[in-house]
Amino acid sequence: MELVRSHVLVCGGTGCTSSGCEKIINEMEEQLIKHGIEREIKVIKTGCFGLCALGPVVIVYPEGAFYSMVKPEDVKEIVEEHLLKGRIVKRLLYQETVQEDDTVKSLNQVDFYKKQFRIALRNCGVINPENIDEYIAFGGYSALGKVLTEMTPEQVIDIIKRSGLRGRGGGGFPTGLKWEFTAKAQGDQKYVACNADEGDPGAFMDRSILEGDPHSVIEAMAIAGYAVGANQGFIYIRAEYPIAVKRLQIAIDQAREYGLLGQNIFGTDFSFDLEIRLGAGAFVCGEETALMTSIEGHRGEPRPRPPFPAVKGLWGKPTLLNNVETYANIPVIITKGPEWFSSIGTEKSKGTKVFALGGKIKNTGLVEIPMGTTLREIVEEIGGGVPNGKKFKAAQTGGPSGGCIPAELADTPIDYDSLISIGSMMGSGGLIVMDEDTCMVDIAKFFLEFTVDESCGKCSPCRIGTKRMLEILDKITNGNGTMEDIENLETLCKNVKASALCGLGQSAPNPILSTLRYFRDEYIAHVKDKKCPAGVCKSLLVYTIDAGLCRGCGICAKQCPVNAISGERKKPYTIDTEKCIKCGVCMEKCPFKAIFKNH
Amino acid sequence: MKSLAELEEIRKRTLDQINLRKKREEGIRIVVGMATCGIAAGARPVLNAFVEEVARRKLKNVVVTQTGCIGVCRLEPIVEVYVPGEEKVTYVKMTPEKAVQIVNEHIVNGKPCIQYTIGAADK
Repeated sequence: MELVRSHVLVCGGTGCTSSGCEKIINEMEEQLIKHGIEREIKVIKTGCFGLCALGPVVIVYPEGAFYSMVKPEDVKEIVEEHLLKGRIVKRLLYQETVQEDDTVKSLNQVDFYKKQFRIALRNCGVINPENIDEYIAFGGYSALGKVLTEMTPEQVIDIIKRSGLRGRGGGGFPTGLKWEFTAKAQGDQKYVACNADEGDPGAFMDRSILEGDPHSVIEAMAIAGYAVGANQGFIYIRAEYPIAVKRLQIAIDQAREYGLLGQNIFGTDFSFDLEIRLGAGAFVCGEETALMTSIEGHRGEPRPRPPFPAVKGLWGKPTLLNNVETYANIPVIITKGPEWFSSIGTEKSKGTKVFALGGKIKNTGLVEIPMGTTLREIVEEIGGGVPNGKKFKAAQTGGPSGGCIPAELADTPIDYDSLISIGSMMGSGGLIVMDEDTCMVDIAKFFLEFTVDESCGKCSPCRIGTKRMLEILDKITNGNGTMEDIENLETLCKNVKASALCGLGQSAPNPILSTLRYFRDEYIAHVKDKKCPAGVCKSLLVYTIDAGLCRGCGICAKQCPVNAISGERKKPYTIDTEKCIKCGVCMEKCPFKAIFKNH
Repeated sequence: MKSLAELEEIRKRTLDQINLRKKREEGIRIVVGMATCGIAAGARPVLNAFVEEVARRKLKNVVVTQTGCIGVCRLEPIVEVYVPGEEKVTYVKMTPEKAVQIVNEHIVNGKPCIQYTIGAADK
C-alpha cells in the first residue's frame, strides 16, 4: 500500500474546469516531483465542492485547508509552504474560513456550508469520481448488496414509499408510487431510465452529481431495476455535458468490471446493465415522453399521456423514469432507512433539494438544503446576499417552466406545495437571483425567447402561442404596448397552459403569469409611462448630457461607436437620440459623471 | 462481485487510503516541525517514519501533520504529540528510529518517551 501523508483535492467540476483546474493539477504534480514529495502527497480530482464562484478550489487534507481562486502561479507557494513546511498559506485561503484571531475554522462552520445538508451531494468533492474503490469505501454499493441479498422487490418499494421521496426533476410525483406502478405493470420486458437531460438555463445540479458521484446513480438504477423487474437501464444525457458523460462511462465500465453491473450481481439471479444515450441538447427531450422517443432513436417529440411510461414506455414496454437527483437519494434511503429520510424536511416534502444558485448573488454555486428552508436563508445566509449593496428583488425557480418569487415572499419555506401555491414551482432546481437592476418584463421575455427556440413544434398552442406571447412582450419592451396587450397576453397564457401537449408548453407561460402577478406595475410602467423602471429595456432609455456638469472634454464623442455625440470643445456636448444605440459607453467613460440614463 | 464480503474487503482496503479525508474532531495529532531548520536537521525521514509506522499499525485516529518553525532550531527535528485531554509532549532531536519507538510506546501504549522530550534534552 502506498503511504500518503496528505491528500490534495482539486475540484474537477465544470465550473472549476472552466476556471482552469487542469492547469493547477499539472502544475501541482510538477512541483511535487520537483521537491521529491510526489510519493507522499496524492493529488485527487474530485467533483463539485459547490462554491463555484470561488473556483478553482483546492482542499488539502488532513488539515482541511480550503484554498479558493487558486492560480497556477500560486501552486508553487502552496507546495513549498504548506506541503513541504506545513505552513498554511493564509493569503490563498477562502477568507470566510479565517477567523479573527487568525486561526482557521472548519468548513462546516462557514455560512455557505453551515445550513446545508448533503444527501444527494454526499460524495461530491469528497471522492475521486473516477475511482469506484473510493465510492465503495464511503459505503457505496452496500445498499445494492443489502437489497439483493436481504429484501424482496416489494420491500424495496415499500421503503421508498415510506421515505416520502418525491421526484426531484420538477413535478414532485411520489417516487415510491411510480416504482409501484411500474412493478405492477404487465410486460415481459421492463426498462429503467434516468433523465439527465437537465436543460434549464442556470441549472447544473444533475450534471454536478454525475460529475462528482456517478456511481450513486448507477447503484440506484440497479436497485430500481430489481424493484420493478427490469434488467436494462438507459441514462439519457446531453452531449453538451462532456465531463459528466466521460465520468459516467468510466463508472459504468468499472461497475461492470467488478460485476456490480452484468450477470448474477452479488451471486443472485438478478442481472442488470446500463447504457448511455446521448441527447443533442433539446430542452423538450427533458419531457419524459419526448425523452423516451429520443432514446428509441426517433425525433425527440412528446406524445399525449396517458398512457404513462410506467404502462407504456420505451418500445411500448413499462418503463421507470426518474431524474438524476432522485436516484442519488436512493442508496442513502436504503442504508439509513425511510424513517431517517422522512425526519428531514417538511410534512409533504421530505429530504433535501439541491439548488444551483446563480444570478446576482455572491456565492454562485451548488447548495443542498433541507426542504422547508426559506428562500431568504438560501439567498442571504448561504448565498452570501446580493453583491454591490443592491437590493434583492426576486428569485426565479424552475427556470423557463417556473416563476418568480418576489422579495416580499422570501420567507416562504421552499417545498413543492408552497412554491406552487405562490405561482412558481420547484423545477429541477435552478435558482436565479435578481436584484433591483433587473427588469421583470425583460426576464419574462428572456425565458419566452428560450421556449420559443426550444418548442418542438408538434402542437400549435406551444408552437404558435409562445411565439405570439413573445411578440407581445417585444412590443411592450419597445414601448409600443397597450393595456389591451397586457390583457391579451394574460388570456393567451391561460389558454396555452390549458391546451399545450406536453409540460414544455403547459409551463411556458409561467414566467409571464408570475411576473404579471407580482410585478404588474412594471408592465404598466412600460405601457403607460413608456418607462422601464429598472433601466434595462433599451428602447425606453434616453441618455442625456447634463450641460451644467459637462466640461466639454470630448471623450464621450471619441468613444461613441455611432458618432451620435457632437459639440465644441470646452462647451457642453449633446447626444443625438435618433442615432444613439444606448450602449452606455459614454456614461462609463465620462470623467465628470455628466451623462445620465433616464428611464 | 459475487458476495457482500468481497465488497466489504474493497471498502476496508480503500478506507485505509482515504482515512485522511474523513472528518475527525477527536484524535491524536503528531506534528513534525518542517521549517528550513527542521528539514535541514532531517525532519523529512522522521515524518516519513511516522507516516509509515502509523499506517503499518493501521492506527485510525492518528493524524501525522506538519508545522513551521517551533522556535528552538538547535533541537530540531522537533515533533509534538497532541493526545486529546492530555498535555502536549514535545520531542526533540528526532530520528526515524525514535519515531517508531514513540508510535509504539507513546501513541499505542500511552507512555510518553520521557528520555526524548524537550525537558530531558536540556538536563
